[in-house]
Parts: sequence; structure tokens; C-alpha cells
Amino acid sequence: MSLAYDIATWACLGAGAFFVLVGGIGALRMPDLYTRLHAASVTETLGTLLIVAGLMLHSGGQLATFKLFAILVFLLFTSPISGYALANTAQASGLKPLLGPQNQKARQQ
Amino acid sequence: MTFLGFFTLAFVAISAVLAVTSRNLFESSVWLGIFSLMMAANFFILDAPDVAITEAAVGAGVSTVLFLGALALTAEHEHVKEKFRWLPVVVMSVLGVVLLVVSFEQPLLGDYTAPVHQHVAPWYLSETPRLIDIPNIVTAILASFRGYDTLGEVIVVFTAGIGVISVLGFRPKSKSTLRGSSLAQRVRGVQHHAVLRVVGKLLIPVLMLFALVVQFHGKYTPGGGFSAGALFAAAVMLYGILEGADKSAKALPQLVMLRLAALGATIYSGVGLVAFFKGGNFLNYSVLVTDPLAGQYLGILLIEFGVGLTVTAVLIMIFNAIANRDSY
Repeated sequence: MSLAYDIATWACLGAGAFFVLVGGIGALRMPDLYTRLHAASVTETLGTLLIVAGLMLHSGGQLATFKLFAILVFLLFTSPISGYALANTAQASGLKPLLGPQNQKARQQ
Repeated sequence: MTFLGFFTLAFVAISAVLAVTSRNLFESSVWLGIFSLMMAANFFILDAPDVAITEAAVGAGVSTVLFLGALALTAEHEHVKEKFRWLPVVVMSVLGVVLLVVSFEQPLLGDYTAPVHQHVAPWYLSETPRLIDIPNIVTAILASFRGYDTLGEVIVVFTAGIGVISVLGFRPKSKSTLRGSSLAQRVRGVQHHAVLRVVGKLLIPVLMLFALVVQFHGKYTPGGGFSAGALFAAAVMLYGILEGADKSAKALPQLVMLRLAALGATIYSGVGLVAFFKGGNFLNYSVLVTDPLAGQYLGILLIEFGVGLTVTAVLIMIFNAIANRDSY
């Protein structure tokens, strides 16, 4: 039984680390703010949730599990919202997406 | 452990340099927030969770909001002076070299023979269970053994609050500058973000509940009046940001906050005076009730409540005063 828990833990942690890494690479390599945000915020939400879930499996039904669950719920709410707020503010302050129709001509030239 | 410590300290150094060199002041205040967060992580790695909570709540949360509020009143960009001045550079270089040389004389991290581990710390560790009997020794030291210091800190916080209020209470001379671009109106700009408002409102009660846990569970787990006050004030600031600072000032009026801040400091010193009149020393909680341990428990509970009340009220007062001002 404990072996099953361990395997599930490491699967969650590994997948989480993979997604966070992908998000980090995306945030470095993508061309403009919106695509970077897309790469970072989406994968980071999933990645951190998976990591916290893996830690929950590992903590074994103690008080720490509940605390980790509270952190998970908190991240589930705040992580996508911060991405949304950042993108929304960028758009409101007039930053045009590089891949949008406004920049279509500029790219073709 | 050590690796994580080096990692966070390196981040602290990087964010400090970026905060100083950045010309955009909004950027600087965000870097300062990251600085505080990394510092809090470092405190936590060094086994000081009480300090870490306070640093995270005050440094990364409250003071960033206050910086941004103050910047919204003044200007976004730093006024750059082209003239290069030698005196500050020389003074800071000499100071840096002196500090670097002195740092080699310091005991190593975790060295058992260091003075800090040999002076009073062993006495606190061995006597706290007998004299006060609460698990969190930091709270015992802060609230009971060094009660005078903490009383002084509360008075300092209270005085600072009054100072900020008296500075911000004056009406500006010229009403022409920055009129109409008030922070209260900028803050009200969040109101059309339905997503932010709904999720933010979900977080406010959780934040307040967590503040109460930190406040009243501080004898068993890390926490206490200072961090709880900062967390509670952060919840109110979140409300002010989401709904408009005029709403938060209406919900918690300045005059009431001022009186609550005074009440918190009064509770603290009042507990000390009660102990004084019951035949003990000032702030000696053992004489409050017949059982000394129960007296310590009651005294620490009351003075932590006073600390939390003062810190909450002062921070909310400062936020409301800055955010509701329409020009500098």
C-alpha cells in the first residue's frame, strides 16, 4: 500500500515539475507578453497543483495534509486569477498582442 | 537547507540591486515586495517562522500596497539627477569594506559556541516550561519576559500611525496637480473586473480567519499580535482595493480606527498596571490571578490582543488615509 502511495506521489511530483519546467521555458522563449503569460500561467497552475497534491499524498493523513489542501485550494483560486489580472491590465494599458490582427501587416512586411 | 538559504539570499541581493537601479518606481516597489518575500523564506529556513510570517505579511503585502498607493499620488518615474557625487560613493564603499571585514569575525551559522546561543537563550529554553508553560517560546519571550520591549514597540507603532495621519490630514496647498486622477478613482477601476472582485471577496473571510488563528493560536504555533494585525489589515486593504477605498474608509472610519489603536495600547499598559496594583512588578502577569501559570496565560492573551488591535487599526488607518487622498 505504501508503495502505491510512493508511486502516486512521485508521479504527481514528476508531472508537476515537468509542467513547471515547460512553463518556465515557455515564459523565456515566447515572443510577447500574452503568449508568455499563456505558457506560464496555465502550466504553472497545473504544475503547482500537482506538486501540492503529490505532497498531500506523501504527508499521510496528518494535519499537514489538511494544511496542504488549504494551500491547494488557495492556489487553485489565486493562480489563474493573477494571470488573468496581468493580461487584463496589459490589454487595458494598450499593449497589442504580437499575433493579433493589429500586427498582421507588420509581420508580413 | 544551506543550499536553499544561499538561493533565497542570492535572490534577496538581486532584487535589492534591481529595486535600487530600476528607474520606474512601480517596478522598484514590486522588487521590494519580492525582496521581502525572499527574506521571509530565508527567515523560515533559519527556523524563525514567527518573523517569517510578519515579514511576509508586512513586507511583501502591506508595505507594497502602501508604496503603490503613495506612488499613485506622486509620480511613476524617478527624478534622475545627472550630477555624480563622490561623497556618498566613498562613504558607502568604506562602510561596505568595514562590514565585510567585520563579517569574518562573526561566528559561523549554527555555531553552538556563538554568544547568542550561550547568553540568555539556554535560560529561556529551560525556564519557559516552568514559569510560563506555553509551547511557543518566542511568544513567551516577546510577550512576557521582554514585555517592556514589546510595549515600547506598540507605542512606536501607535505614534507612527498618529504621525502619518497628522501629515496626511493636512489639505494640499495647490489643488491643481494630479487632481482627478486620485487613487480612490483608480482603485474604483477594479470594480468592473467581476472575476477579480468575486475571487477577491472569497479570499477576504479566509484571510481574516487565518489572522484570527495567528492571533489566538500564537501561544502554540508561530504567530502573534504583530503578524495577525498585519494579516487582518491586509484583508481590509484587499476589500479597499476591490470595492474602492472610500468604501473601506466608510466601513472602518478613521476616527474609530484611531480610538481602537489607542485602546490596544491602553489594554497592553492596563494589564501591566493591574499587575502593578495587585502587588507584582509592572507587566508581571503571574499575580493577575491566584495561579501564576494561569495569570501568565491570561496576561499574554490580553496583551497580544492589544498588540493585534493597535497594529490592525494603525495599518488600516494609514491605508485609508493614503488611498482616499486625491493629491499629494
